[in-house]
This record gives sequence, C-alpha cells and structure tokens, in this order.
Amino acid sequence: MSLGRRGGLVALLAPAVVFIVFLFIYPFLYGLVLSFSDPSGSFTLANYERFFGDWWERRTIWVTLWISLPVTVASVALAVPFAYYMRRGIRGEKVITFFLIVPITLGTVLVSEGMLTYMGPTGWLNQLLMAIGVVAKPVRFTHNYWGVAISLLIQGFPFSFLMLLGYISGISPDLERASQMLGASRIQTFLRVTFPLMVPGIAISFCLSFVAAFSVFPSAVLLGEPSGPTRVISISAYHWAFEEFNFNVASAISIVMAAIELLVISGVLVWRNRMYRGASIVGKG
Amino acid sequence: MRGKFGLSGILFVIAIVVYVGNVLGILLTVILDSVSKRWYSGVLPHFLTTQWYAYVAQDHDIVNLLVVTFVVAFAVVLISILIAMPAAYALSRYEFAGKGLLLSLFLLPMIVPPIAYGIPLAMVLYKARLAARVIGVILANLVPIVPFMILILMPFIEQVGANLESAAQMLGARRPTIFFKILVPLALPGVFTAGILSIVKTISTFELTYLVAGGRSQTIVVALYADAYAAGARPPEAVDALAVIYFLTAMICLVVALRFVSPTQMVFKIR
Amino acid sequence: MKDFSRFTISEVTKRFGERTALAGLSLELRRGEFVTFLGPSGCGKSTALGCIAGLVPITSGKISIDDECIDDGRTKVPPERREFGMVFQNYALFPHLSVANNVAFGLKLRKLAKEAVAQRVDAALKLVHLDGYADKFPAQMSGGEQQRVAIARCIVLEPRLLMLDEPLSNLDAKLRIEMRYELKALHERLHVTTIYVTHDQQEALALSDRIVVMQTGRVQQIGTPEEVYASPANLFVADFMGFKNIWTGRVESARESGDGIEYSVALDGFTLKVRGAYREGDRRRAAIMRRLNDRREVWTAIRPEDVQLGGQGDNVVRAKVVQVEYQGQVSQVTAVAGRDTRIDLRPSAPVASGGTIEVRIPPEKVLVFADGEAG
Repeated sequence: MSLGRRGGLVALLAPAVVFIVFLFIYPFLYGLVLSFSDPSGSFTLANYERFFGDWWERRTIWVTLWISLPVTVASVALAVPFAYYMRRGIRGEKVITFFLIVPITLGTVLVSEGMLTYMGPTGWLNQLLMAIGVVAKPVRFTHNYWGVAISLLIQGFPFSFLMLLGYISGISPDLERASQMLGASRIQTFLRVTFPLMVPGIAISFCLSFVAAFSVFPSAVLLGEPSGPTRVISISAYHWAFEEFNFNVASAISIVMAAIELLVISGVLVWRNRMYRGASIVGKG
Repeated sequence: MRGKFGLSGILFVIAIVVYVGNVLGILLTVILDSVSKRWYSGVLPHFLTTQWYAYVAQDHDIVNLLVVTFVVAFAVVLISILIAMPAAYALSRYEFAGKGLLLSLFLLPMIVPPIAYGIPLAMVLYKARLAARVIGVILANLVPIVPFMILILMPFIEQVGANLESAAQMLGARRPTIFFKILVPLALPGVFTAGILSIVKTISTFELTYLVAGGRSQTIVVALYADAYAAGARPPEAVDALAVIYFLTAMICLVVALRFVSPTQMVFKIR
Repeated sequence: MKDFSRFTISEVTKRFGERTALAGLSLELRRGEFVTFLGPSGCGKSTALGCIAGLVPITSGKISIDDECIDDGRTKVPPERREFGMVFQNYALFPHLSVANNVAFGLKLRKLAKEAVAQRVDAALKLVHLDGYADKFPAQMSGGEQQRVAIARCIVLEPRLLMLDEPLSNLDAKLRIEMRYELKALHERLHVTTIYVTHDQQEALALSDRIVVMQTGRVQQIGTPEEVYASPANLFVADFMGFKNIWTGRVESARESGDGIEYSVALDGFTLKVRGAYREGDRRRAAIMRRLNDRREVWTAIRPEDVQLGGQGDNVVRAKVVQVEYQGQVSQVTAVAGRDTRIDLRPSAPVASGGTIEVRIPPEKVLVFADGEAG
C-alpha cells in the first residue's frame, strides 16, 4: 500500500518536475555557469567585472530602479485607497474593473504604441491640455523617462488595485464594525485595523508589481530613450545576448537582475513581518 | 457608503474618469490612426482609408501570424493542463516530505521576471535547435503557465473534497475510475477557468516569445513590437493597423474570458 | 458603569428597498436588564441589533437615552460614540493583535495612561478566566476562548449597553451550556444592561429578564421568560416555544366561568375539551368569545410533555403509535388519533411502535388561539 502510494505520487508529480527541471532550473543553472565562464569554458569573474566595471552598464541598475521603484510605490499607494473605497462594492464596479483589466491584457507593446500617438506632441492629450489652458505648448510625454513611467503606471496601477481588491474583500467587514463599536472613528479604524490587515496583500502586490516594472523592456525601448536615460537593465541584457552574441555577459546581467529582485522582495517581506507580527500565526489573514 | 457621495466619492469618480478617459484615448487613437490618411493634427483625421490594412496584409503573412498565435496559445494550455492537473492533485491531496520546497519551486517562475530567465532559456533552446520554431515558442511559454495553472487548480481540487473520493472507493470504484468519473468532471470548472486565463495570458505574452521566436514562428505581439521598433521603416499608420488586428484578437479572447471569470480573479492569479 | 434612567426605542423601522426588515420596534430598557431578541433567522433580530448599535441606518423611529437623542433617522450619533459594546457572532477579534492588545484596543483610543490600560486589561481578562493568555494571538485560541476575549474587549470599556449577536452559536453543545452559565454569572456580577440575540429558546429562557419574540420584522410578544413560556401571545410564539401539537378545529360549545372559559372543540375525528384560565379583560378571552359566537376555526396547542400516557377523565384518546425515538429518560413518541391527527408526546414508560395507546390531553394545558395567521 505504502509503496503503491509512493509510486502513484511520483507518477503524478513526475511531469511537472521534469518540466520545471528542464525548462527552468537547468536553463537557470546553465546561465549561472555561463556567467562565471569565459568563451573557452574556464572559470572567470570577467563577465561581472565587465558589467560592474563599466559605468555605462552599471548605471542601468540605477536607471531601472529609478523608473521601477517610484512607479511601483505610486501604483500601490494609489491602489490602496481605491481598493479600500471599493471594498464593499460600488455601482458600476463591473465597468470600472473592465477598463482596468484591458491594459493589463493588451500588454505593454500595444499600450506603448497607442501612447506614442495619443500622448505625442499633436495627440489628443496635448490638444486637450492646451484647449483647457493647462499648458501653452505641447508637453513632451514620449521618448523620455515620463513615457516609460506612465506606461508602467497604466499597467501597474490596475494590477495592484485588482490584486488588493481581491485581498481586501476577504477581510471580514465585522472587524471594521467591531473597531467602530469599540470607539474608533473611520480613520482610526483604517489605520489600526484595515490597513494592518491589508499589509500582507500590499506586500505581495508590491513585490509582483515591482517584478513587472523592474523587468520593463518593450516600453523602455518604444517610449523612452533606449540609448540613454531609459537604457534599463533588460535592454542591456538583450543587447549583450542578441546584438553582441556574448552569452556570458548576458547571463551575468540576467543573474544580477534576478539577484536585485530577490533582494528587494526579501526586503519587502521583512518589512511585512515587522508590520504584521500575527501573520505567521494567522496564516490565512 | 452606497448612495452617499462625500469628498472621497468625488475624488474617486474624477480619478476613474481620468484613468478610463486615457485608456480609451490610447485605444481610440490606435484605431483611428489605422484608418486615417495623414492625421498629423486636429481632433479627428480628415480622410479615412483602409489602405494601411492592405499594406499590412502585403507586409506580413497575417494568416500565419494568427495561426501561430492561436496554435501556441492552445498548445500551451493543453500541455500545461496535462502537466499541471496531476501535480495539482498530488499537491492538494498528499502530505509528503519536501512538499513546501516543491511548491515554492513551482512558484519561482512567477516571481522571477521573464527577461531574467528568458535569456538563459533562449540560449538553451537555441543550443537544442528548438528556438525560432513554433515548438520552441510553445516550450518557452509553458514556463510561466504551468505554475500558474497548478496554483489555480489546487483550490478547485481541494474543493472537490477527499471524502467524495473515499465515498466512491467505498462504493467499489477503482483509482482510475475515481479520477476520471469523479475528480475530472467536478474539477472541470477549475480546469476551464485556468485554461481560459492561460489563453488570454499567452496571447499577450511578449518577452518570452520575443526572445525565442524568429521568422515564421512569430506571434502577433512580437510582429507588432518589431514593426514599432523599426519605426522609420514603414508608415506609423500601418503599425497601428497591425496593432488593431492584435487588439481585436486579444479583446475577443478577453471578452470571452470575462463571461466566465471576474477581473479580480484574472489579476490575482495572473503573473 | 455609566448610568441612565431611560433607554427608549420607539417605532424603529428599517426598510431595505421594498423589504421591511424591522417594523416599528418599541422597547423600553431598564438599567441592568438582560433582554433577549428571540426568533428564527431572518426575523429581524440582527437588524434590530444593528439599528441600535448604529451600524445599520434606521428608516424611521427614534432611539434615545434619557434626553439624549441617539438616532432618529436624520441625525445620529455614530456607533463609535454611542459607548455600546458588541460581541459579534464570529467574535471579530483583530487577528493581527494579541489578546491583550485586542482588549486594550478601545482603552488606547480613549488615551488612557499605559499603567491604567494594563491594569484594566488584566482585570478584564481575569474576569473571563483568561489570565495568562495576554500574549496569545486569536488564531491560537479555541472558539470558547475567543468568545471570552470578545466579551472582555467590550466590558473593559464599561459600556452603557452590551450587545451580543448569537454569541454561542459557533460553539459545540457542551461549551455552549458552560458559556451560557458564565454569561449569566457575569451579568449578575456586573449588571450591565444587555441585549442578547439568539434563535435558541432555551438560551433565551435561561438568561433573560425579558424576551422579545420576533418574526418577519415584527415583535410578536414581549414578556418575562415565564410569560412567554407559559402563555404565548399567538400561535407563532407558541410554536416557537415548543407547543409542537397544533390542531385546528371548530368550536362546538362554550361556557364562560368566573376565571376562564370551558368549551369543546371538534377536531379531525375526536372532540377536545378545553379549560382556559383566561382572566376577565384578557384580550384572548374576548377574541375567543367573539370567534365562538362566529363558530369559526380555532387553533389548539399543547406541548408534547403535557400529553399524558393513559389516564382517566376528559380527553382520553386512542392513538396508533407510528414512531418511537428513545431519548433516555423519556421517549419521543408520535401517534395518530382520529382520522389523521398527529399527537407528539414524551412518555417515560416504554411504548411499542405500531401498537395502540391511550393518551390523555389535560384540558387545562391546552391553549386556544382564535387567530392563526401569525403561524
């Protein structure tokens, strides 16, 4: 019986394990090995030196963080009050969530392509701003930092919002009522009960939004200045892999990317555990 | 809160209007631009034309792009169901040593960004002579979808309940019978949900496909990016015409998907 | 404990669109009193609680304490400033706070000194027998313990009114009786004015000074446990209080005596003699006499416990036993008399299923309701 059970278990898990080993772990380890080897295959740190030693390459980290961190913070900071406002459902919720899911589904490429015209010098947005009289000359929204940041926000905000909305609707409304009955005003209830309970959800949505923003690629090329101010780390990795065909340096950059992300994610999780000591005990939240 | 409109309500409505207005603006510009002749200024274009669609049809093998896009999407979904279903079953029914480790391993591809693991993956696929072929595109797209599928399926399987299976066993059913007669029909809604979400996701996946696709194994998004990237090579209206074709493809899938799942479900599980 | 002399709820109504969830609830609470809202689910008892708490906006009516208007549908004191305490059905403990911090939550909002908070939290935890639990988290505790925390969290604030919304319904049977006992002891010790909501008539009878029986948003009866148990105001209350045998019949003859009415009611197959001890001026007496004169239908009701096995005198009926359920001290027996009249009884002597028995229905234990619509 025990042997049969174990055999069954192995059979059930085998396809998924084979899949993850061959398509994820093996490539990742392969990349790790490549990043520490020279073209002849012997061990070297030159690939990392090449990245960190070159100011032009090294600064892609700051460029990427400089775009992705503010955008992620803004997305989540905007998402929290919106999710809070809609936690009990409101009229027109379906229409609103539909418009939120559209940019996520369509993806960066289409949004960037649309933004080029819509937010361009003669696009509708500038026409509107000038007609209202907010600005006298067209504002430059594209081919700079702001183009990339806006495109990331257009996707990052609904992503964080919908995630938080799913999370917040799982918090029992009785907890807010209980807080009120104990004498807490609406603001006190938010600060002392609702927000702390949202922390795990905020942490997760921050992590996932950050991962998406940090690996920004198509919009940094199409909407930014890929040869300068918005030369992000994924452009650099792509450049080394498919334009220089130096897979060793490209792998090193990929590893650096993954490492930075894991670093930020673990930082967020540490913060979450500080904020929410009950988390490990409460489990489901 | 219903019916009462305080300051927060007004701010909320303004923000939503601004957001929806911009999204609509972006989409409408793409659509209008694709059917206009020389729309460089003014609120609306002066002449409408379908010439850019003719241009795109000549420029690209549209049928091939669509076929590849859907073949990849459906193949990825079918293969990932076959891989994910047994794994999700094992993970939600059995306790075993290393289960937590295995679960976090399956989660990893959802946390690590596609570019970071996509480049080494592309190199492996090139070495195996699988890249620049539809099969390579399918393999690459499996990486984020299988874990996603496992995560969606697990709660559905847990919902079916182990006692239902015990009941069937008491009634004399054998393991395979239980699996196909009890579990599969009852978990079908979950499989369906996971499948539809995965199709929508795969159609719009850009980075992974871009890194491994080439020539006739491109999907529509990748072709669109390539056109937009080489901005000077063709008229911008023609790029927008291709964008509209992609937009329609993705929207049809989204609208179909939204008949069965809610937007919150899509995001919470997506990515 | 903050004092009040008059807590008045008058004509409080709550409508959700077309549906009236609460229709004209009027009640005067006495200080230190334990009042229970009793009724099946959907009867409006929880809505009533929400209205009093201020969590549910009222459509019309007025709630006031002495001269202070708490709520009249237009202006209302928000729940956080009513100084009421509420224990929720699912306890609603804050999962991110320790037990001590849950209990201290309200005190901290009131900006009390640290030592005073700690002292009062300790005292409250001791009161609910949870000393030593201060640093635990809600998820580490059993349902009964969480329940105590929820109670401590309220009483530590010395509320003007304590409200409990089905607090025992999530506990298992044994614990429920223990907690019921403790709630009673706590109330006797603190004398905090309490509104208790339940669907369990035993809980209501055991705990309350007064019971408000509700059905479809309307108050059916307000009275002491004895009043509600012994003389339900209508068929609904009777049914709810355990008058399981309810038979319709037609009055054949009636005679008024000094302290009651004696009459016979034709049931389906046999005649029931009834002696009702209705005092002069009792509205039921007048109503029944009116119906008697009309020779209209009446409803008779008796508890299974009051039906006797065997015996002599009036109302001895032969019945065929259709089901016997052994319950230890007594059995629950269902028998059929006349053409198709079901009689439920609880004899202590053994009864064989399928056999024929003689049962006696004591005339003075039968209630008669002229108006059956409420049931």
